[in-house]
Amino acid sequence: MSLVATSGGDALVLARTHERAAEAAREAEAAPPAAEAALVGGAPVPVLQLEGISLSFGGITALDGIDLAVANGEIRAIIGPNGAGKSSLLNVVSGLYRPDRGMVRLGSERFAHVPTSRLAALGVARTFQNLALFKGLPVLDNVITGFVHRRRAGFVRQILSTPQARREEAESRAASEDVIAFLHLDAVKHQLAGGLPYGVQKRVELARALVARPQLLLLDEPLAGVTLGEKQELAAHISNTRDAYGTTIVLIEHDIGVVMGLSDRIAVLDYGRKIADGTPDEVRSDQAVIDAYLGVAHEGETELVV
Amino acid sequence: MTTAAHPVAGRRLTANHLGIAVLLTAAYGVIPFAGSDYLLDAVLTPFLALALAALGLNLLTGYAGQVSLGSAAFLAVGAYAAYNFNLRVHELPFLVSLVAAGRVAAAVGVGFGLPSLRLRGFYLAVSTLAAQFFVQWALTKFGWFSNDSPSGVIDAPPLAVAGITFSGAVGRYLFSLTVVVISTLLAIRLLRSQVGRNFIALRDNETAAKVIGVPLLRTKLLAFGVSSFIVGIAGVLWAFAYLRTVEPAGFNLDRSFGILFIIIIGGLASIRGAVLGAAFMVVFPLLLSRLGAALLGDIFNSGVLEMSQRIVIGALIIGLLIAEPRGLIALVDRLAEPILRRFSRPLSRSTQS
Ligand SMILES: Nc1ncnc2c1ncn2[C@@H]1O[C@H](COP(=O)(O)OP(=O)(O)OP(=O)(O)O)[C@@H](O)[C@H]1O
Ligand SMILES: [Mg+2]
Repeated sequence: MSLVATSGGDALVLARTHERAAEAAREAEAAPPAAEAALVGGAPVPVLQLEGISLSFGGITALDGIDLAVANGEIRAIIGPNGAGKSSLLNVVSGLYRPDRGMVRLGSERFAHVPTSRLAALGVARTFQNLALFKGLPVLDNVITGFVHRRRAGFVRQILSTPQARREEAESRAASEDVIAFLHLDAVKHQLAGGLPYGVQKRVELARALVARPQLLLLDEPLAGVTLGEKQELAAHISNTRDAYGTTIVLIEHDIGVVMGLSDRIAVLDYGRKIADGTPDEVRSDQAVIDAYLGVAHEGETELVV
Repeated sequence: MTTAAHPVAGRRLTANHLGIAVLLTAAYGVIPFAGSDYLLDAVLTPFLALALAALGLNLLTGYAGQVSLGSAAFLAVGAYAAYNFNLRVHELPFLVSLVAAGRVAAAVGVGFGLPSLRLRGFYLAVSTLAAQFFVQWALTKFGWFSNDSPSGVIDAPPLAVAGITFSGAVGRYLFSLTVVVISTLLAIRLLRSQVGRNFIALRDNETAAKVIGVPLLRTKLLAFGVSSFIVGIAGVLWAFAYLRTVEPAGFNLDRSFGILFIIIIGGLASIRGAVLGAAFMVVFPLLLSRLGAALLGDIFNSGVLEMSQRIVIGALIIGLLIAEPRGLIALVDRLAEPILRRFSRPLSRSTQS
């Protein structure tokens, strides 16, 4: 599959129909790295597992009995129409929301309410649908702060610059420089984050999440609102991240083209329910998905797919 | 700049360093000899104390984003704590009581910072008023704090460090200057460390900070503690080096607002801004009274002065904030940039430092 994004889902749906056979053949030859990684050492161990997560706000049901297992090293997309509950799901995983029912399993620990302050220590990092950078800090300092949970030296040691404080500062600085180079942010690393173009800020947020080398990376619409060129570049960065660091990635994205190309598996939400979960191929041809998602937006084309 | 030196701003930093070197040379080498007692006593010493108080509040409000209306309370805690250490612990070196007073102020600050764990913005600001009223009330109500002097008035003992007494106007000025310089250097170090980044992270996006693993609780209380420590030390300077006789009523809400105005006028989250704002707040009333006296003669008495001062300062704040919301320091940087550019290559526009 290519990473090239198209301007609209409809053209893609058409193109995909023709491509499908060829793709299937290619995929059979080159199994995605996720599959290999997940199977190392016998049975696949989910990095993240949701068990019957339900959440409502007043009368609105945002999530309704969601089960989800994300395997080690996979890129898992979550798609669905606006208000389907995608962001709420990530907020539950990061502990910003407490589900009414259900459990979240992260690695070996199981939570009714994920402790947000321990999230980074649990190996989970995330980005937000709306930018959540520290605008008054330069890019480099934003990224260095992504390393903060590894720091032990207290403020007195930091002021006195004890060997421990210096070592920690040097470590986090080096890690940040690495990620900044990886995401091609060198040119702006000394500029205040708040003044940068939207697409660059999105990349800075990705860098801040990546710097601690999380096991699990949650991305809420990392490609929304960026230009087409930036979109391709960011999508490539995301898949490189998995390949380079072995990071498991859960990704919310509206651009079906990008999603199909990028993800190993796709979960589809609609009105807080999970209506489909499978490989891009399976999801693409799933009747419920077509009805609820693709069908609504592109009635003409769906007929062609079916 | 809150970060360590970087190539783009390298030249700017050297310009900054040069400026600071010139200022320090003048402050230590010229002013003590050339300045009149009036200049030292009535202008520079209060300026130093206010600049330090503003720096302390700026750490909390400008950098960490926690609004406080209780600064005068921490000035008072510092002043009365130093007074009592000095009075009750015999042979205690003054520097020790100074630092101990800062610590008492820090402890009280952490106590009144606890609501910040639940409250934000406007609500937090209102809750810090509690510190303001409580401290003033306690110092007046319990005679112990002022050694049972009527209405809580305390007379500061002479400043003496390592056998040297800083008694004259010059001595008290030099003592204040040294305390301010050292405190400022420590504050800069703090701001450049991860703690400083945590402060700004907390201010700019609390949720993201929490997700990343910034210890919110500790960072907030630390901001209150460090800020109150510095404000407390400033209170000691205010009481011991400047006024020498203080009463709790002198640390009222007006004083708290005065310090808040300094950092808003000077520029939030800027150390240079705090200094500039303090200079403005000290020099401006003096200029205004000279000007008023020259233009209006006898009609311009102290009552008129105080009133006109409030009106003009109020108007100036509004005008300034419309013209440059980032304060005087941003204005200065903007004006200085073309001049500096002539001497060096493009400069960073960052206003933090
Ligand atoms: N904090 C909240 N308070 C009240 N309602 C909320 C809150 N967060 C989400 N909701 C509601 O829950 C539902 C799901 O919202 P959510 O943001 O998870 O959708 P989404 O799939 O991310 O949508 P989008 O594609 O627009 O980002 C919506 O009806 C939304 O209004
Ligand atoms: Mg969303």
